[in-house]
Amino acid sequence: MSRLALGLSALVATLFLAALVVGPAPLGIWHGLQALIAGGNGPEVLVMREIRLPRALLGLMIGGALGLAGAAMQGYLRNPLADPGLIGVSGSAALGAVLALQTGLAATVALGLPLAALAGALLGVGLVLALAGPRGSSLTLILAGIAISALAAALTSLVLNLSPNPFAANEIVFWMMGSLADRSMTHVAIAAPLILLGGVMLGSLARGLDALTLGEDAAEAMGVNLTRLRLVLIFGTAAVVGAATAVAGAIGFVGLVVPHLLRPLVGAQPGRLLWASAFGGAAMLLAADIAVRVILPARDLKLGVVTALVGAPLFLHLIYRTRQEGL
Amino acid sequence: MTLLTLKDFAVTRRGRDILRNVSLSVCPGELVGIIGPNGAGKTTLMRAALGLIDHNGQSTLAALSARERGRAVAWMPQQREIAWPVNVQTLVTLGRTPHLGTGQRPSAADQAAVDRALERMDLQSFRDRTATRLSGGEQARVLIARALAQETPLLMTDEPIAGLDPAHQIATMKIFGALAAEGKSVMVSLHDLGLAARHCTRLIVLDQGGLVADGPPQDVLTAERVRVTFGINAFLQNTPEGLIFQPLDVVA
Repeated sequence: MSRLALGLSALVATLFLAALVVGPAPLGIWHGLQALIAGGNGPEVLVMREIRLPRALLGLMIGGALGLAGAAMQGYLRNPLADPGLIGVSGSAALGAVLALQTGLAATVALGLPLAALAGALLGVGLVLALAGPRGSSLTLILAGIAISALAAALTSLVLNLSPNPFAANEIVFWMMGSLADRSMTHVAIAAPLILLGGVMLGSLARGLDALTLGEDAAEAMGVNLTRLRLVLIFGTAAVVGAATAVAGAIGFVGLVVPHLLRPLVGAQPGRLLWASAFGGAAMLLAADIAVRVILPARDLKLGVVTALVGAPLFLHLIYRTRQEGL
Repeated sequence: MTLLTLKDFAVTRRGRDILRNVSLSVCPGELVGIIGPNGAGKTTLMRAALGLIDHNGQSTLAALSARERGRAVAWMPQQREIAWPVNVQTLVTLGRTPHLGTGQRPSAADQAAVDRALERMDLQSFRDRTATRLSGGEQARVLIARALAQETPLLMTDEPIAGLDPAHQIATMKIFGALAAEGKSVMVSLHDLGLAARHCTRLIVLDQGGLVADGPPQDVLTAERVRVTFGINAFLQNTPEGLIFQPLDVVA
């Protein structure tokens, strides 16, 4: 276990450093890091502190948040195909952002876009709770999540459909692909408290999720409060996924693939998978964001496109392997 | 001192009486068999007594806080659910959950309890095997070991021996008997009346949601009772080998 923790944290640290030194501005590695730490007035300080640092920090936080939320959701539903977007939060956050782009709120009000996305996430989680009830089964939660996701997707399509402005429509489509480019420390400041809060909430579920391995009945009889666990899961996921979608757009597959990939390395224990997936998600998103900058630097390749391009085949491979094991 | 007392206990779901008017208490040192035809309310009785479903009347276990209850009674549901491919050692250690404080790791004492449970169920050699890859009967034994590792005064199990081979059925009933002899108590629902007659110290018969008989096996399994409740004729005799019960035929 400690070897896995060591390996994952070394990987994340390496990728974080790499994210800081890779970019279109021609800066030497040492020169850049020196400017980042020592400060000063030169342009290299601006590049490091205002462009690359927020981008790397967001990659770290959002990747970790998506990995953690994916592991928690899979553990709660006892289903390896569950994804943090399942409860409809990412869909409704995206709808909020799309409305902000369409109405021009994003351009006229400072931080109009992330705040509208957070409002959308809040509305989505409220609707899911109202539909599923505070203490229903996991099935009602999935069904409510699917309903809200479908509704949010339909409304998003409607906005695009009726958009009289092709530039706004273009902007919406690109925003929905997910990206960390051109984000500032203000975005970090918006996302960090929510991701931290949600992360602590989800992290506290480890023991309950472990007990759920035996089913809801047995877990409850061992003293796990399922009603509380479900509420903490919903609000924790809403906080981290809402914040992540608000600042970076819809980034898929991290929350689905990372827990699946790491599960064998933690002996399949859902509790231990939580922190491992947080590290793994951070590593995957940092790596994808570096790839975006290295592969087609001039074409503004979108992060969500890369995670999906890497994630989908990886997922197919995992399904194939699972089938071979006869599970 | 009783481990469980039910008083005027009833369960109503969707306007239908699933259980009504049940009063009983379980004292230390008892191996209580809960028998009755399909749909008689055996599972409902145990789940409601634990407080897992809504009920009317009193249950001393349902009145406890979730944490206290986890230390007072271990529950093994009928659905043998193992959601993730964890190893046997990990799975059995889950039984220690109610004994651990927030963020506390299993101590040497917890490990010792897990070892005792594995040894009792003859599973030491399975310790590192993946629980989901075991056969159905082996999984059942692992789940019984999980409940044993909880080391509670009362153990409630719902059809724990269904699907086990004869040797392990008998061995499991003997383990329950040994627990009772140590002063703990076991409540077990089962359909094998032969094993119930032979191993249980007391039988509770449920029929259509009511408690229709409660007492030592030879007083409960009368020809009349077996015919009315189960619709069968049976052979019952006290022999030097112990009480023998063998169902013979369905009543026409």
